Amino acid sequence: MTERMTGAQALVRALEQVGVDTVFGIPGGTILPAYDPLFDSQQVRHILVRHEQGAGHAAEGYAQATGKVGVCMATSGPGATNLVTPLADAYMDSVPIVAITGQVVSGAIGTDAFQEADIGGITMPITKHSFLVTDPADIGRTIAEAFHIASTGRPGPVLVDIAKDALQREVDFVWPQPMQLPGYRPAVRPHAKQIREAARLLASAKRPVLYVGGGVIKARAADELRALAELTGAPVVTTLMAKGALPDSHPLHMGMPGMHGNVGAVGALQQSDLLVALGARFDDRVTGRLDTFAPDAKVVHADIDPAEISKNRHADVPIVGDCRDVLTDLITAVRNEHAAGRKGDHADWWRQLSAWRETYPLGYETPADGSLAPQQVIQRIGQIAGPDALYVAGVGQHQMWTAQFIGYERPGAFINSGGLGTMGFAVPAAMGVKQGRPDTTVWAIDGDGCFQMTNQELATCAIEGIPIKVAVINNGNLGMIRQWQTLFYNERYSNSDLQSRRIPDFVKLAEAYGCVGLRCDNAADVDATINKAMEINDVPVVIDFIVHQDAMVWPMVAAGTSNDDIKIARDLAPEWGSDD
Amino acid sequence: MSRHTLSVLVENTPGILARVAALFSRRGFNIDSLAVGTTEHPEISRMTIVVNVEERPLEQVTKQLNKLINVIKIVELDPAASVQRELVLIKVRADHETRSQVLETVELFRARVVDVAPDAVTVEATGSKDKLEALIRVLEPFGIKELVQSGMVAIGRGARSITDRSLRAIERSA
Repeated sequence: MTERMTGAQALVRALEQVGVDTVFGIPGGTILPAYDPLFDSQQVRHILVRHEQGAGHAAEGYAQATGKVGVCMATSGPGATNLVTPLADAYMDSVPIVAITGQVVSGAIGTDAFQEADIGGITMPITKHSFLVTDPADIGRTIAEAFHIASTGRPGPVLVDIAKDALQREVDFVWPQPMQLPGYRPAVRPHAKQIREAARLLASAKRPVLYVGGGVIKARAADELRALAELTGAPVVTTLMAKGALPDSHPLHMGMPGMHGNVGAVGALQQSDLLVALGARFDDRVTGRLDTFAPDAKVVHADIDPAEISKNRHADVPIVGDCRDVLTDLITAVRNEHAAGRKGDHADWWRQLSAWRETYPLGYETPADGSLAPQQVIQRIGQIAGPDALYVAGVGQHQMWTAQFIGYERPGAFINSGGLGTMGFAVPAAMGVKQGRPDTTVWAIDGDGCFQMTNQELATCAIEGIPIKVAVINNGNLGMIRQWQTLFYNERYSNSDLQSRRIPDFVKLAEAYGCVGLRCDNAADVDATINKAMEINDVPVVIDFIVHQDAMVWPMVAAGTSNDDIKIARDLAPEWGSDD
Repeated sequence: MSRHTLSVLVENTPGILARVAALFSRRGFNIDSLAVGTTEHPEISRMTIVVNVEERPLEQVTKQLNKLINVIKIVELDPAASVQRELVLIKVRADHETRSQVLETVELFRARVVDVAPDAVTVEATGSKDKLEALIRVLEPFGIKELVQSGMVAIGRGARSITDRSLRAIERSA
């Protein structure tokens, strides 16, 4: 296909050709030429957001909810720099998004022109790749390459910066365009020898653990994970990014490891003799102090990104590959081991694991003063909305409780900002999730601090018909900061009190944005309030849950300490017990 | 710490040097020297990067470099199986009293004089890092007025070419 058109038309046509149906963005001077043909596109719906950061997080939410590439668009200069946080977030959590930014006309690049920023330079360390397009003839191929790079291998954000004159000039649009990426070869089949070695270790380990990260969700390998777990009988821990990869209710599931993980999951890692890490990256929030992490364990590490393997912890058996391929091959190899009469006996291991699980279940205290426990609110939302709903969290205490108390049964049901820890992620990301999965109930569980960073997107949700539900877990404070100040700064609450039970009035704010605003401040009304929100499906709903301000997230491994020093409450360590 | 010489084939695109430099600084890798130029294939440039790291971080360096989309191939050159050269230009004080001694030194090191002034000569020398360091040490007492050094460039010994093989791989993938 060859057709004469402007660069802007070529851009929109290329987006249509790669299958884009939704773009989140805001127009501005340099990207304006692209908005003219976008106005006519029958295929691409543009959602006009209120802040570019919202567009970026919405694209991330959309990508994670649909498995497709999320797209956001902004103008040069401040429009582009407002995308920096979502790009960094998508880079840390390997979310496939393409950000399209306008750039000043090519002749003005480098002159400090109005609204000029070197967004390519600024985002170099936080994008998988970036392009600067100054020739309209390159637009089609660049879009094809950007979507290919974003969605293959280890997914990630790609920036396409297009000079305004490249959008304005005419070009013969040619499609399809052959990609020119000689240095990009992401598809790797797992090495058969390494798979056999991993299977051999799995069949002979006494205390194996499957340490599952977000890569398993991205590879859509939940079925294969379950099959391997059930075949080997090995316990499974799922990280913050992997919630739902194995149902929380599954008997082999030991919960979430890490700084706020279950005692059983943390203990399983620490006392393991074989870690099989699948699409996980030994993040410091999981390992605690690295030199004391799982000291007796051999490590099998499978990841699609070779640079993750042995980055933090030496891998005895490195496997580079897509987690679904790795798991499929591992299942066959483990079956062969079993057929040859080699099968691990994990009865002693499970006696220990079960003891931890029974002695140290996740739980919380109901505040003595009759105020509302935030954990209870979140638990009830999970029970009422059920496992088919999608849950999006911001960052902080409410995020950890949302990881702990919802009860995930499906892969991808929990979407949050894991690596970067971006406060303000929830509302715009939930908007993108709901836009991508309009028939699914989407709950944003947010903190009062986070909510105040990005709640302007409620206007977008109300106007564009994206009826998300937002539960603001309002403890009036930057709750996780307050928790650290309580524990490590002698209860000196320096600048963590937001007074957000008083200002703003979240119910009025919701109403001002065209949403339904509800408030709940006692345990008796929790269910009725959630049920009321569940019944409203035409406009967004915001519930202001006024909760106890001193609730803390437990268990906790203090930053920089060993997982062995996990506390289940203030100054209260678990009894590890032992069969040895 | 130990020094490793990496030959990195990259697409000859704008910004690739910035990407490589940014990667080294962001990941905290030390570059001893870096030299870039085009190869016999105009679409491919070759960087010779000398890094100063332990064995395991070196693996991280190459893996992270490989993730850059415009990086085509990375080869570590073994000093014993490669030719490694640097270029240095040295402006040495040399008047009628010392000039003959300076020229004698230049001769000994098989270096060349490329410019002469009444009170100075400019010496050009190529060689291994050790040889050039020795030359500089010997010239120092005369008074070094100015000195400029290139990064190291290196090439494997024997008939095999790393560019040919990687180009064939590119053609297969296209």
